Amino acid sequence: MSETITFTIDGVEVQGAPGQTILEAADAAGVYIPRLCKGEGLAPRTSCRVCTVMVNGRPQTACSYPISDGMVVENETEELMTFRKNIIDMLFIEGNHYCMFCEASGRCELQALAYRFGINAPKYPFMYPKRELDTSHPDVYIERNRCILCGRCVNASRDEDGKGIFEFIGRGSEKKIAVDSSRGLSGTDAAAADKAVEACPVGSLLPKHRGYDIPVGRRAYDAAPIGSDIERHRKERNNE
Amino acid sequence: MAKPKIATTSLAGCFGCHMSILDIDERLVDLIEVIDFDKSPIDDIKTFTDRCAVGLVEGGCANEENVDVLRSFREYCDILVALGGCAINGDIPSLRNTVPLEECIREAYFDGPSVYNPDGVIPNDKELPLLLDKVYPCSEVVKIDYSIPGCPPHAEAIWIVLNALLKGEPIEIPYEYMRYD
Repeated sequence: MSETITFTIDGVEVQGAPGQTILEAADAAGVYIPRLCKGEGLAPRTSCRVCTVMVNGRPQTACSYPISDGMVVENETEELMTFRKNIIDMLFIEGNHYCMFCEASGRCELQALAYRFGINAPKYPFMYPKRELDTSHPDVYIERNRCILCGRCVNASRDEDGKGIFEFIGRGSEKKIAVDSSRGLSGTDAAAADKAVEACPVGSLLPKHRGYDIPVGRRAYDAAPIGSDIERHRKERNNE
Repeated sequence: MAKPKIATTSLAGCFGCHMSILDIDERLVDLIEVIDFDKSPIDDIKTFTDRCAVGLVEGGCANEENVDVLRSFREYCDILVALGGCAINGDIPSLRNTVPLEECIREAYFDGPSVYNPDGVIPNDKELPLLLDKVYPCSEVVKIDYSIPGCPPHAEAIWIVLNALLKGEPIEIPYEYMRYD
């Protein structure tokens, strides 16, 4: 087996190491593929489908698909951009996302993707579902109105924190995040410093007593769109 | 040639988006060189006097009057713009959408901690518009041509969109003014 694998993304040659996924190789090469349910350092869940790319003409999730020599990957085609935009639209109308009072606003990855895609308003009718909060724990709370069912907390709690607090229950529109105690989050050994809390891409699993700690203008996605840090790698390299 | 007209209104909103229109500041003087305001709280014209090129609608529809006003805007305006979060998705007023209307009214006139209502009356004057079962985004009542997000939208975003619409140019809100909060 060769040490480097060469393939193309949108016609540009990219090199990666054996065993890497398309997303990992693209990140290292400075090509941003939008993603949502894939958390940094967490195993892929392939649930959101935002990172869908065309691999040799077939749709595949970039976060889980391994690279191979000569592979032809399409990323920024009009079709795929529309497809991703529609997913983001649906995630907005399916929950109750009130950005103006959400503590995660400005560092929320769902919101940041919508900004990057230039979504002024979702095109589907809003569902206004009735969802439950869990504020039983002294330091952490679950705001299910904002949950996008990505499953990052499930993975992080199980694999990183070693606690296995979260899991999904229900199916379809009834699907929701649940915790490993009949007393709610207070019955678990959840802590504000858990990786699971940090992993939440939206404002659904949040530490208490923090509030709006970062001023508007200095939050993660105030100045530059999500993915800019990845794209900067390529620009820096090309200037050298 | 007569100047194109702009109409604005606040439905179930807080007038924050109109404050953002005022935040265009001294460029409002430049603006009224090229446009006239028709029905709008800015000049206090209560009913449409003419056809308008652009209608800016703040707020969603919480009651029947909101629906009537929104429909009149659709009728009189060539381009209808949803201005701000409430017009786009209902936002704060739509927090009541997960609570049945009867419960909302009971809380407001009977059970709320600060309620003083010794006669136990629910206001029902014919002058008062009836509440809708829930708060509707504008796009679920009439066709909306363009949306400016934000709570409120940045004054610069409103300025950019208005200018593009008046000149018939493509609209693009720059990243720094693309905000949902």
